Amino acid sequence: MGPFFAIGLPWDRGPLVVPEDTPGAIRITGSVYDGAGAPVPDSLIETWQADPAGRFADLHGYGESSEIPGFRGFARFGAEDGDGRFEIVTVKPGAVPGLAGTMQAPHIDVSVFARGMLHRCVTRIYFADEPEANGRDPVLARVPSERRATLLAEPAPDGGYMFDIHLQGPDETVFFEL
Amino acid sequence: MTTREERAIYDPVGETPTSYVREPVGAHPPLDYQPYKSTALRHPKQPLVYLPQAITEITGPQLGGLVGENDNDLLAQHDGEPIGERITVSGRVFDTEGKPLRDTLVEIWQANAAGRYRHTWDRWPAELDPNFTGAGRCVTDAVGRYHFTTVKPGPYPWGNHYNAWRPAHIHFSLLGRAFAQRLVTQMYFPGDPLFEFDPIFNSVRDPRARERMISRFSIHDSIPNWALAYEFDIYLRGPGQTPFEEAN
Repeated sequence: MGPFFAIGLPWDRGPLVVPEDTPGAIRITGSVYDGAGAPVPDSLIETWQADPAGRFADLHGYGESSEIPGFRGFARFGAEDGDGRFEIVTVKPGAVPGLAGTMQAPHIDVSVFARGMLHRCVTRIYFADEPEANGRDPVLARVPSERRATLLAEPAPDGGYMFDIHLQGPDETVFFEL
Repeated sequence: MTTREERAIYDPVGETPTSYVREPVGAHPPLDYQPYKSTALRHPKQPLVYLPQAITEITGPQLGGLVGENDNDLLAQHDGEPIGERITVSGRVFDTEGKPLRDTLVEIWQANAAGRYRHTWDRWPAELDPNFTGAGRCVTDAVGRYHFTTVKPGPYPWGNHYNAWRPAHIHFSLLGRAFAQRLVTQMYFPGDPLFEFDPIFNSVRDPRARERMISRFSIHDSIPNWALAYEFDIYLRGPGQTPFEEAN
């Protein structure tokens, strides 16, 4: 989508899934890297998730509405003169139903865009401190076990999480066909 | 947001599909496309993992509140009027079953009439226009229609290969109604002589899909003594098979 998306796509509160003063608000930070291990400064990420109770801020009105004031469920992070890092403010999602009576572990869907990417790449953020739920997750079960760690956000000292995205290379993040 | 009861009345045919068609191979450009050099280090080499569509994929954000007055009029965002050929760009957003998508966010960004983006990194020595930012937003109406007023962007050179020029284009971003429908694309203008030389246009391998990226000129919708009109309809993924089938 070219490097110039920053003219049109980012907005001031774009990185805020919830208002910053929301009780339990956390930061998820990370960087997007290319196949040479270099940061991708002209990248844009978008996230979509449920709230801690497993409710969405959905256009359709699927399920029950979130009770968190200002919960948008969505974040967009991209910078005009970026350095490949992103940061969103959110609440940790809860478990949500999967298909055929399964439950999915807490996760955030992520779209990655950048100059040089002709189509978005889709990945998911799971949480390293949810080993039991992750162990039962029907989507993680489809991921080769040696690659699952690329989908796990690690707890950060500030109570948030760190999640890097590698478009290519030895640590290539798992991307999904949707 | 409508309640479930309201939805049942307003939308008896079901605007809330439980899954979307899987992406057909070839509908989108390959992520590894040698003629476009920047793809080399920015495409996954491992196979993509099949993601069954469940609640996270079939829901999507409500962002209509982002849109302000004049956001769809790129001529009216500054004190003066931008230089260039005034145009309107409008069309409808459908799913692949032909069902219009209402209340969905459409965002655009573009270069000015001289082919220059208002962006720190754009070093092409064409004039910036103090009266033109080049970004617009709107939400589709009840029949899926959107409308922008702007100036026709200019072509511009880029560093991909010797004498490389991008055909004039407007970037489009659509949220659709579900995470699965998200689309970022580009709209082109009919008859552009640069099409055959542009690796980004040609990265879409299906010729019919390339045609769908080219807007149509409309004398009927052109406004006398004011602006030429271009029509551009956009198709997002429609409903797919039931999740029950997919789970097997």
